Amino acid sequence: MNRTRHPRRWLIILPPLLFLLIFFLVPFFYTLKISFAESVIRIPPFTDIFTRTADHRLHLTLDLNNFRRLFTEELYGLAYLFSLRTAFFSTLICLLLGYPIAYAMSRAPRATQKVLLLAIILPFWTSFLLRVYALEAVIQNDGILNMLLLRLGLISHPLVIMHTNLAIYIGIIYSYLPYMVLPLFATLQKLDPALLEAASDLGSPPWRAFLDVTLPLSLPGIIAGSMLVFIPAVGEFVIPSLLGGPGNLMIGRVLWDEFFTNHDWPVASAVAIAFVVLLVGPIAIYQYFSARHLES
Amino acid sequence: MRRQFSALHIAILCLGIGVLYVPIVVLVGYSFNASPLVNVWGGFSTIWYSRLLHHQSLLDSALLSLDVAVCAASIAVVLGTLAAIALVRFARFPGRFLLSAMVTAPLVMPEVITGIALLLLFVSLLHTFSWPHRGFLTIVFAHATFCIAYVTVTVQSRLHGADQSLEEAAMDLGAGPARAFIDITLPLIAPAIVSGWLLSFTLSLDDLVSSSFMAGPSTNTLPMLIYSKVKLGLSPVINALATLIIVAVGAGVICAGWMMRRAEARHELEMREAERLNAAPRVPDVREGVPRAVRSPS
Repeated sequence: MNRTRHPRRWLIILPPLLFLLIFFLVPFFYTLKISFAESVIRIPPFTDIFTRTADHRLHLTLDLNNFRRLFTEELYGLAYLFSLRTAFFSTLICLLLGYPIAYAMSRAPRATQKVLLLAIILPFWTSFLLRVYALEAVIQNDGILNMLLLRLGLISHPLVIMHTNLAIYIGIIYSYLPYMVLPLFATLQKLDPALLEAASDLGSPPWRAFLDVTLPLSLPGIIAGSMLVFIPAVGEFVIPSLLGGPGNLMIGRVLWDEFFTNHDWPVASAVAIAFVVLLVGPIAIYQYFSARHLES
Repeated sequence: MRRQFSALHIAILCLGIGVLYVPIVVLVGYSFNASPLVNVWGGFSTIWYSRLLHHQSLLDSALLSLDVAVCAASIAVVLGTLAAIALVRFARFPGRFLLSAMVTAPLVMPEVITGIALLLLFVSLLHTFSWPHRGFLTIVFAHATFCIAYVTVTVQSRLHGADQSLEEAAMDLGAGPARAFIDITLPLIAPAIVSGWLLSFTLSLDDLVSSSFMAGPSTNTLPMLIYSKVKLGLSPVINALATLIIVAVGAGVICAGWMMRRAEARHELEMREAERLNAAPRVPDVREGVPRAVRSPS
């Protein structure tokens, strides 16, 4: 169409492009720059990697020590591994719990589905921080969960959940379960019941039909849901900091501490850059290609 | 085959969705607890709600958070909608890939990282130009940056669904492209814009991590205040505050959902009416039927 070539289209394109360049992309290059700087005690607390020598030549000093520390100091490696492991298993458990819920939702009558959908979406809108806080009252030593289990005689001593890794798992699963259920429900709902009918006509028992028809067809929902849970879980800060123990090693917390407690900004920048390169980069590339695959 | 909805399904749903609401119900319940010990029931009382009204620092940060949320959501909704229009309507332009990458990247980027990156930039800007001081403005910019992503995604999908032939019909009738867009397509994507604004508003209102990085020493948003209190353990005042927030947001979401469904239903009705007029032999041309029906869908 002719008008898409119109120069006035830049009035539409430029504002968001410039805003995101300034507040999203430039900061990253800046972080990259600082990750090569040295930590010093002044304001701002790092050296400039560009210095002018006496004969007015620009001199570039790249200090690789911050990145070397990521490999030599155990803390960072452990933190990456711990975050990955926690996010992976939380995602898996979310999938195992979310699939039956989404499946049952897809079987409900239309009118009920709308109510159920609202019930799943509503927690999205209520404060994340407050939901994590609300969980604390349930899993505390003298919380509802322990009270219930003690009453039922299932345990004789209250379970210590708060400030353990288990609390982090519970927190992530509780907070992100809706993110898993929604895309699963969306794919399961679109599933043509005639396919299952055909499978059963051809002699498949229901479990077989589920494995051969429903499960493969819901794969896009499984992938989308897993991404939606895994990605924020890896970098999670609020849950490990409120529910987890004092020494837990979620990378989001390590970064926060490096920044606010240790004031070592160059190392925090290096941790952030490594995180982006190792985790966010591959995910972004995967999403880009899967989106292109869908388009074609 | 009829879809089976068995007792097992109902049990799974009750259990699964019920568990999501247990902590919230417990929290609301304990906000009416007379005892200052959060987990010991001491009888019904609304004392914490009246405490809340006299908690000046809490009220201040609540107002600050509302201000930030309104500004951030408004910036995000304008820029996010423009980005969505650019990405959907302009097939190729220099920087298209960059724009689409930057729009979706905040969705996969942990907030701790975007927070650190933006803070480093602001700190060195402040060092070089003595501007901007960390506080209200920097928080708004940070929030707007990640909210744009949500607005763009919401508006984009709606824009894909909007029928472009209506706009072309308007242009055939002599409207300029901008006029046609504002009269025809803008009302069609209005629900998405509204929900994008609401989503941005709640995300901004709830944000802890970005705000903590962006806030100067004297600025305290509501989530920051809640976080510093909650870090010390459960607090009945926070229970009362949380109850108020949850009730307000819940009511808002249900109302918005209901209104949007009504608007949608009316829109569908009008579209059907337009199609009927279209199909009638007496009106052989889209020119009479369509624009009139579409002009006021909301």
